[in-house]
Amino acid sequence: MARIDLDLAHAYRPNPQQDSDYALLPLKMSFDDGGAYALLGPSGCGKTTMLNIMSGLLVPSQGSVKFDGKDVTNASPQARNIAQVFQFPVIYDTMTVAENLAFPLRNRKVPQAQIKARVGIIAEMLEMSGQLNQRAANLSADAKQKISLGRGLVRPDVAAVLFDEPLTVIDPHLKWQLRRKLKQIHHELKLTLIYVTHDQVEALTFADQVVVMTRGRAVQVGSAEALFERPAHTFVGNFIGSPGMNFLVAQASQGQIEIAGQVMLLAHGQDLPDGELKLGIRPEYIRLRTQPSAGSLGAQVTQVQDIGTYVLVSAQLAGQKLKARLSPEQARPQVGDEVWLEVLSRHTCFYKSEELVA
Amino acid sequence: MNKPVNQKAWWLILPVFLCVAFSAVLPLMTVVNYSVQDIISPERRVFVGTEWFSAVMRDQDLHEALWRQLVFSFSVLLVEIPLGVMLALSMPATGWKASATLVIVALSLLIPWNVVGTIWQIFGRADIGLLGAGLRKLGFDYSYTGNAAHAWVTVLIMDVWHWTPLVALLGYAGLRSIPDAYYQAAQIDGASKLAVFRYIQLPKMRGVLMIAVLLRFMDSFMIYTEPFVLTGGGPGNATTFLSQYLTQKAVGQFDLGPAAAFSLIYFLIILLLCFILYNWMQAVGTADKSEGVHA
Repeated sequence: MARIDLDLAHAYRPNPQQDSDYALLPLKMSFDDGGAYALLGPSGCGKTTMLNIMSGLLVPSQGSVKFDGKDVTNASPQARNIAQVFQFPVIYDTMTVAENLAFPLRNRKVPQAQIKARVGIIAEMLEMSGQLNQRAANLSADAKQKISLGRGLVRPDVAAVLFDEPLTVIDPHLKWQLRRKLKQIHHELKLTLIYVTHDQVEALTFADQVVVMTRGRAVQVGSAEALFERPAHTFVGNFIGSPGMNFLVAQASQGQIEIAGQVMLLAHGQDLPDGELKLGIRPEYIRLRTQPSAGSLGAQVTQVQDIGTYVLVSAQLAGQKLKARLSPEQARPQVGDEVWLEVLSRHTCFYKSEELVA
Repeated sequence: MNKPVNQKAWWLILPVFLCVAFSAVLPLMTVVNYSVQDIISPERRVFVGTEWFSAVMRDQDLHEALWRQLVFSFSVLLVEIPLGVMLALSMPATGWKASATLVIVALSLLIPWNVVGTIWQIFGRADIGLLGAGLRKLGFDYSYTGNAAHAWVTVLIMDVWHWTPLVALLGYAGLRSIPDAYYQAAQIDGASKLAVFRYIQLPKMRGVLMIAVLLRFMDSFMIYTEPFVLTGGGPGNATTFLSQYLTQKAVGQFDLGPAAAFSLIYFLIILLLCFILYNWMQAVGTADKSEGVHA
């Protein structure tokens, strides 16, 4: 178990010139001992690169990796004592399930009795006790991935367990179960877990701290609540939430804000830099008004969708689109209605060149 | 369920049927025809039943040739398969080096059989051959024309030189199909190089190696041209393998009846051995059958 400090950048090609040459832009980040983290971002954002750098499969092109303050930048995965589970199941075909689970321990010359006990515990945890003596090659993809997970968890003394989208090949109902299991394992074993995924639900339910990444940059690190309430970057606002945050191009000047020709007064004491801004508001926090009120904008309803648990209203004002989530009990507007949407509240965020300013 | 009956479909397999009939069945039937008759002259023939078969089965020379052939074929497998695997493992995986290695390794496969024989005939000559003269210079009394053991080993080495690249290429293809994640996982699991080979590379190469074993076995069991050019089956009978023996009978002595009978036995031996080999290898790795489904 260890605290992991990253201060590095990585490019797969030599002599990177511009930002797009980097798989990971220079970043500084720490993972506390015993924490549950998620790296969240779209495909190709650098999250797997970051994971492989932490595990030692990849040496960063610049900077360092430290475990508990000790520099391990060039140390092998073995030397770092790290466990990693990959996106697609990796099993040793010629071995039984038990031998597969025992493999990482056997390679490290752990005494036989201890291996047996440990394999028993892990198999119990993954509900595979009945299959221990089966050949692993004949199992379903689900079961194979469970073995891969098991191999990641079988060593009790690892510095951290890294998961690279481990549940991609698993059936949805089993996904929930396994994720709960991982969470439970985290509580029982107090291991540092780092979980890579592009599924926000997976990241937010699994981790205490979520690192949101895009284009080789970690744009925000925070709890699920922080990411939802105060996205530090428009990308986070857009990526987290379903649908994502609404953004409106706005002009701020002296306590007033103008959006598409409509002027609103800012709440007292709120301070904004003058000039062009983006106003961000979550669809969940937009209130629907039938009459003009403070902090609201006139808009025309273009679509009303019933999603079952909520009603999604799309509206348009001077070419800018907005989405609002209403509860099903609320009176719903008709397409073409003129409505007032309250966008200024304590949940409103403001962005200047994509970064949160207020 | 009612299936529609349409006998016209038979017409569709007729071309294949005719092709196979002319290319395989008819020639084979002429051999069968020869094997049960004693043809004295084009006008005179006598039906002899299974006489040729029993004669051939009791032929001492044939027993020796068969034994020699079996030892040779299994030696070929014993040398070429491990050597090919080792070669495959040491070939670079990417870049221009990989392409260059592939071309160089494949070179010997492009050389016609009789040219291979000729190359080695010259290469091994004691007076001017690089190998033969070189060995003599080193004080080793090497002669593939005079010494039976030398001749046998030379034929074996020639076959190894000619065909190990096939095993290597097949093994290489098998190795390249292993996803990186396997190597990464093995690294994380702390597996040694030997363990990686034993538990990842070898099982993943099993399929292609099985093909390599079958191909090399069948081919070496039918070897003819190279020893014909190199040693002509000699010295004595040291390198007279089954094909050589058969040719001597059929073409040299014009004993068409016994040669035909033996051809059929030869064919059945190969069929039987391949059947046994194939089933044995299948049995060894039955558990891998469901493999290949995952990513």
